[in-house]
Amino acid sequence: MTVSPNGSLGAESKTHAMGSMYLTLMRTSIISQFQYRAAAYFYMIGMVVEPVIYLIVWSTIARSHGGEVAGFTPGTFAAYYIVWMLVRNVNIVFTPFGWEWRIKEGNFASQLLKPVHPIHYDLAEFAGGKLVVIILWLPIALALSLIFHPSLHPSLLQCGVFFLAIWGAYLIRSLVLWALGLITFWTTRVSALYEAYFLAELLLSGRLVPMQLMPRWAQTLSWAFPFRWTFAFPITALTGPISERELLEGLAMQALWIGVGTIVVMLVWRRAVARFSSVGG
Amino acid sequence: MPTEPVVVVEQLGKVFQVPVREPGLRASLKSLLHRETRAVVAVDAVSFRIEPGEVVGFLGPNGAGKTTTLKMLAGLLHPTSGNCSVLGHEPKGRPAALLRQITLVMGNRNQLQWDLPALDSFELNRAIYRIPRADFLRLRDELIELLELQTLVDKPVRNLSLGERMKVEIAGSLLHQPKVLFLDEPTIGLDITMQKRIRSFVADYNKRYGATVMLTSHYMADVQALCKRVIVIHHGRILFDGALASLAERFSLDKTVTVRLADGEEIKVNAPRGEIAAATGKLLAENDVVDLTIEDAPIEDVIERLFESEPAK
Repeated sequence: MTVSPNGSLGAESKTHAMGSMYLTLMRTSIISQFQYRAAAYFYMIGMVVEPVIYLIVWSTIARSHGGEVAGFTPGTFAAYYIVWMLVRNVNIVFTPFGWEWRIKEGNFASQLLKPVHPIHYDLAEFAGGKLVVIILWLPIALALSLIFHPSLHPSLLQCGVFFLAIWGAYLIRSLVLWALGLITFWTTRVSALYEAYFLAELLLSGRLVPMQLMPRWAQTLSWAFPFRWTFAFPITALTGPISERELLEGLAMQALWIGVGTIVVMLVWRRAVARFSSVGG
Repeated sequence: MPTEPVVVVEQLGKVFQVPVREPGLRASLKSLLHRETRAVVAVDAVSFRIEPGEVVGFLGPNGAGKTTTLKMLAGLLHPTSGNCSVLGHEPKGRPAALLRQITLVMGNRNQLQWDLPALDSFELNRAIYRIPRADFLRLRDELIELLELQTLVDKPVRNLSLGERMKVEIAGSLLHQPKVLFLDEPTIGLDITMQKRIRSFVADYNKRYGATVMLTSHYMADVQALCKRVIVIHHGRILFDGALASLAERFSLDKTVTVRLADGEEIKVNAPRGEIAAATGKLLAENDVVDLTIEDAPIEDVIERLFESEPAK
């Protein structure tokens, strides 16, 4: 056995080792997802229902208003909600409800014993799951396109920004919900608070309706929260209309929220883990 | 050359604030406005040291503070008072350099990926602990052989029996070749054969790698087979810390003489240690004895006597 006993196992650089860990965790996550193929399909069917309802409602309203609502036609609504579906799926992260389960069931101890910050497990595991989701989304998006005829003509720059923005959105949502989930270390039943958060997100993110259709005050208010950078921005980055300046501003705002989220998680984590009582295990 | 202790614990304490509420609707409503808590002392100013390569049994009844102490040593819980260090590191900061060198196996907890074959979880541990691939493969195969896991590691963990899962858990926990093993009830719920196999594996690992082991178990057979030294804890305080043999000497005042007579009859006589020679002589003189054994009281009885000597708080 040649493993060094001082804990610095191997000669891999820290970055390389972290990259290797992420790839292995993502791979494990993909294998796990394929263990339950039927569940993955049912999950996708569930994910289709919400945007299709929004799409049908808004397309109907647009038609009844002479084919357009606030600049949105049935074709642009179709583009918005088909892209919405991908963004929503990439946005799925470890939720605070999961934290309640972790703390109550005592399942967190095994992660705390590992020499890596536990947030990396969640980031890597959920990122791995996205690859499966994207594969499953493609035929669904194709079918919906044939039915609803989306009006989608992105530029190369928009495609590039969209690719960065969906992962930026993933990081923002992961960090914010991680920080929120850490409240569970103080009190294990905080579902009501989480529900309030998700309601605010629904209204101020562009998830329920495109931000352009919201009242002016709501649009202004949305700038003070991370929500719009996790839904409206990545969707609009691909579907438009959006200027080059707005694309770059959007990425900058995402970078800002990633920074804020990282600092908040680091600060709350230190205090939270000191309170960990390792319930039941 | 003197060596540094692997585990140093000084006046270590842990107090949990536990919510207290009387039963009933009225108490429920009252608790909305004012929540009462009670301080529960789980570990009370405990001190001990463990030298490299020692295998120490950590004994005590349920709720004595064994698991809480192990969790503090593994960095899972922050102490309320006192200090502890493991391999020169303070565990509460969970430094990666420490976590790479220790493991905590909890008999009732699953640390492997539930839906995947253990081999996938092993691979994950390789990446997390940054184990060079060649070393990983060598140690993995070694552990598979030693624990006879050949037919188990390619099945999803959820399909394994409790005993099989425990063996696989132990293998997964040792892939990074930890220098310190905290084993919390590693044989709980296992049949006798499996208990023996895990015991002999732990003994072998300790000899082969010079690892330090701290073990809690309700099965005294585990302790007797593995530990020369025991620490007995009760109500969060240490009642005894020393050699297992001296524990029996100190708290087992009686010995049992058993003789088998020529006609097959068996006679048992309990006598204080100081009078055991006279009692044996008398038995031999008065009977047609064909076989004779002198035994200490079972270790379970000794421990029970020790707990009884400590009044409940």
